[in-house]
Order: sequence, then structure tokens, then C-alpha cells
Amino acid sequence: MRAYIAGRLATAVLVILGVSIVSFFLTFLTGDPAEIMLPPGATAAQIAKFRAEWGFDDPLVIQYWRFLKRAVHGDFGISLRHGQSSLPLIAARLPATFELTVTAMLLAIGLAVPLGVLAATHRGGPIDVLAMGVALVGQSVPNFWLAIMMILLFAVSWGLLPTSGRGGVAHVVMPAAAIAINLMALLTRLVRSTMIEMLAEDYVRTARAKGLRELFVTSRHALPNALIPLVTVIGLQFGYILGGAVVIETIFTWPGVGLFTIQAILNRDYPVVQAAVFILATAVVVINLTVDLLYVWLDPRIRVT
Amino acid sequence: MIHLARRSPLAGAGALIVGLVIVAALAAPLLATTDPIDQDLTAALQPPFWRPDGSLHHPLGTDHLGRDVYSRLIYGAQISLLIGVLAAFLGALVGVAAGLMAGYLGGRVDTVIMRLADLNLAFPLILLALAVVALLGANLRNLVIVMAITTWMIYARVVRGLSLGLREREFVQAARALGAHDARIIARHVLPNVLAPVIVIWTLEVARIILMESALSFLGLGVPPPTPTWGRMLAEGRDYLTVAGWIAIFPGLAILLTVLGINFLGDGLRDLLDPRLRRQT
Repeated sequence: MRAYIAGRLATAVLVILGVSIVSFFLTFLTGDPAEIMLPPGATAAQIAKFRAEWGFDDPLVIQYWRFLKRAVHGDFGISLRHGQSSLPLIAARLPATFELTVTAMLLAIGLAVPLGVLAATHRGGPIDVLAMGVALVGQSVPNFWLAIMMILLFAVSWGLLPTSGRGGVAHVVMPAAAIAINLMALLTRLVRSTMIEMLAEDYVRTARAKGLRELFVTSRHALPNALIPLVTVIGLQFGYILGGAVVIETIFTWPGVGLFTIQAILNRDYPVVQAAVFILATAVVVINLTVDLLYVWLDPRIRVT
Repeated sequence: MIHLARRSPLAGAGALIVGLVIVAALAAPLLATTDPIDQDLTAALQPPFWRPDGSLHHPLGTDHLGRDVYSRLIYGAQISLLIGVLAAFLGALVGVAAGLMAGYLGGRVDTVIMRLADLNLAFPLILLALAVVALLGANLRNLVIVMAITTWMIYARVVRGLSLGLREREFVQAARALGAHDARIIARHVLPNVLAPVIVIWTLEVARIILMESALSFLGLGVPPPTPTWGRMLAEGRDYLTVAGWIAIFPGLAILLTVLGINFLGDGLRDLLDPRLRRQT
């Protein structure tokens, strides 16, 4: 158990180091950062001065080491556009993205679990067919298109919800639903298939043989075990959720990290892009680590092995 | 295909949709009614044919520049399919090779490859793709490479798992006892046994990549204009939602139907080729 946790922690640290290397090299993919960061008419002397000032003449390894040292202290450099340190700029927008992604996850889980359970308990019936239909379409629908269609319907035509911005519950409903749809579809299928398996287990048969009511058997015996794989999948999907947030935030001008990063990418604001990629990827690693450890705690069989 | 349809109606439907999209892409010059990039400002924002002021000349209406939505949809299929198929294939080549090496050779090779896969999985892929495309420039080649980067590890993980098991099987042991080379064993005995799930993953990944490509294109980082892409059509239609909803509705439906068709086909193939995978989502 201790060895497992230690190994898992070591892996996470290695992956975060890898993340830092990728974030660092993002700047070098285009060639000379000086040419990108300086205005187009810069003279050779200006470029040389800029390179020397920013340390772009040093060997890559040294530059990377410097980047890493700064990153550990939370210093990713000054935003070229905002003239401020990039980390606080991103940190200020994290709560908005957190609100959006957590709402989306809760929405996806809240819909997928009952839908999946109903589909499993009514296997082959109309509810099952309907749930699987919803899941198949939900997995294939482009979330940004759904977002636009929702805006057209709920905001423009019926005037029920605001089209953009962050505020109360009304503001978060549409963007969260747009992000949730693909995850909801995936989870519905997962819950259905694990529930079908669980309902065929011996302990469920025993519970039924004891004369327990079907609702009790389903909810107290089968469901808790069917939810265990859900935890892993949700953890693994967190990266996709964040990716979804990036696209959806731009549609609803939701003031989160996604919108900010897209703007930084389009403005070629490298310090912000580096910081954003590093922070978001690190968040995914930490969430996955947490989920893995949670899994050990949830499933005693893993604890032993 | 008839065989497939009989075994699984859903897969049959999927094959039909995918077939239609492929035909549309290949025969675009024949099927399109007008040049997809021809502008005609006098015919801007014309509604689809079933609306009172629509006409069959522009069956699905025109956009803000008077371009024919139907013809642009037909041509848009080319880009979506091309990037989806090529990137999924490139990803499969790299991923299968990596998975075979990791699973069959094990040890340090395994550790390195799997840590790379973990690293790749940790990135919000669309963000990585956006950053790389924005830096390197949005063109067909870069998009294919970037999409391949977001998909290889999925093959690698599955193939690794399968080859770990295959390595211990008698026929592989026997080949080794006979003195066969590792490369020969991998190519002749391990590879054929992992191909079925690889085909299934490939199908589903084509669908995922088409979705992702359209998202990038929607954000303005797809294949650059004037080439029509579904994602950009959607983005352009966004500004005319209230007056000309069809500009945004049809490309979205095209993406939805294509991806749905491919997913149906993938699910059907999974049931057909590899019953063991059926339980997984």
C-alpha cells in the first residue's frame, strides 16, 4: 500500500516534470522567440539585445533550468499583452473555470447515474433504448454547436437565459450543459454496462433471495459497486472537461482560464500560454493522482494487492 | 456491408452514413451545384429551398457572402475526412509500434513509453493542439501531426496490454523456442492478434479527431480560408444566428451525423470483431 502510493507519487512528479519540459519548448517550436516577441520592424541590434537580456543565447538546458527554477517560484514571466506577471492573471481566472467545470461534472453525473441505472434495470425496454439513443447522440454532438443552438433557442428565441458572461445560476446552465453533454453520454453507457454486470452477481441474487425489495437491492447493493469504475473514468475525463471548457468559455465569453488562454494563444502571448498549459496540465495530473488514491480507498481489493 | 447490417442494424446505418459522406467528399466536384468559394453578394443570406423565398438553385441557402451552403458542406467533408483518417492512421502507426515494443520487450522500454503516454494524456489535448497549431501555423500537415499526437497513446495502451498477455502464450513461446527473432515474432505472431481492437479504436478515433478538428476550425485555427471547413462555416454562421440560422445549423448537423455514423460503425465493428471489448465503453 505504502509502496503503491509512493510509486504513484513519483510517477506524478515525473509527469509534471515532463509537463514543464513541454510547456517550455512550446516557445521554441516556432524558431526564434525574439522574432515573435519583438515588433516586426526590429533591427538586428535590437534583436541581439533582446536575446541577451532574456537569456535566449544560453544553451537550451540552462534556459530550461532557469524556466523550471522560476516556475517553482510561480514565476512564468510577464504577460506580453497585459504587462503583469502571468501566473496571478491566470490564478484570478481559475475560480470561474472551476465553477464551470464542477457544475458540468455534477450535471453529467447527476443525469448519467439515474439514466444508466434505469437503462440497466429495464434492459431492452423502451427506457433502455431511449437512454442509449441519448448517449449515442450525446457522444457525437459537437459541444460548440450544441452551445450555439442552445443560445439560439433559450437566449435568442425564448429569452430565458443570458447569452454570455458569468453571474448566477442562469449564467452557468448553458455553458455547463454544453461541456457536460459528451461526458454524460460516456458515463451513461458506463453506468449501464457496470450495473448490468453487478445485477448478475451472486451477492445481488442473495439479496433478492432474502426477499429484499428490488429498489433496495439496486440502490444499496448493486449501485455502490457499479459506481467505483465511474470514479476512474471521471478522473481520466478531467482533461477532456478542461478542453471542453476552453472552447465553450469562448462561446459564452465566460471569464475563465480557457477564454484567457485562447486569447493569449491568438495574441502569441507566450508567457501566459506557457503558464496556462503548465497549470492546467498539472491540475489534470493532480486530479488523476487524487482519483487513483481515492480508488484505493474505495476498493479494498486494491488496497491488499 | 449487408452482412454487417444484418448482424447489427446500428452498424449498418453507420456504414450507410459513412459511405454517403465518403461519396460526398470524393465526388464533391460532381455533386456541388456551385463553386464553394464563389461569392455572390447579391444572393447573400438566401434561405433554404423549403422557405417561401428560397430556391432550388441554393438548396440549403447561402451565407453572408452569398456562397452556397450545400456546396460548401459537400466540400467541407473532404477536409474533415482527410484529417480524421490520416491523423488516426498516423497515430495508429506510432501507437501500435510503441505498444508492441512496450508490451513485448517490457522493462525499461516499457517504462519510458508508458510514462510518455501518461504525459501525453495529462495535457488537455485541445489546448495542446491549439497552442501547437497557433505556433506552427494552421495547415493540413500540421493539423494531421497535432491530431496524431493526441491519439497515439490510446493505441499504445491497449496494444501494450494485449501484447503483455500474448507474450506468455504458447504459440509465441514456441516461436521463441524455435529461435525466431523478436522482430519476426512481433510482426508475425503478436501484431495480427492485436489488429482487431486497433481497427475498432481507429474508427472511434477518426470520429473524435473530426470533432476536435471542427472545434479548432471553429476557433479559427483550422485549415485556413478559402477552403471550406465545417467548423469555420459554423463560426461564420454564429454572427447571423437570428437572421440566417441555417448557416450554423447545417454544418453542425453534418458534423453530428458524420461522427454519429462513424461511432455506430465503430461500435458495430467492436461487437463483430472483438466480443471481449464489448463491455468497455
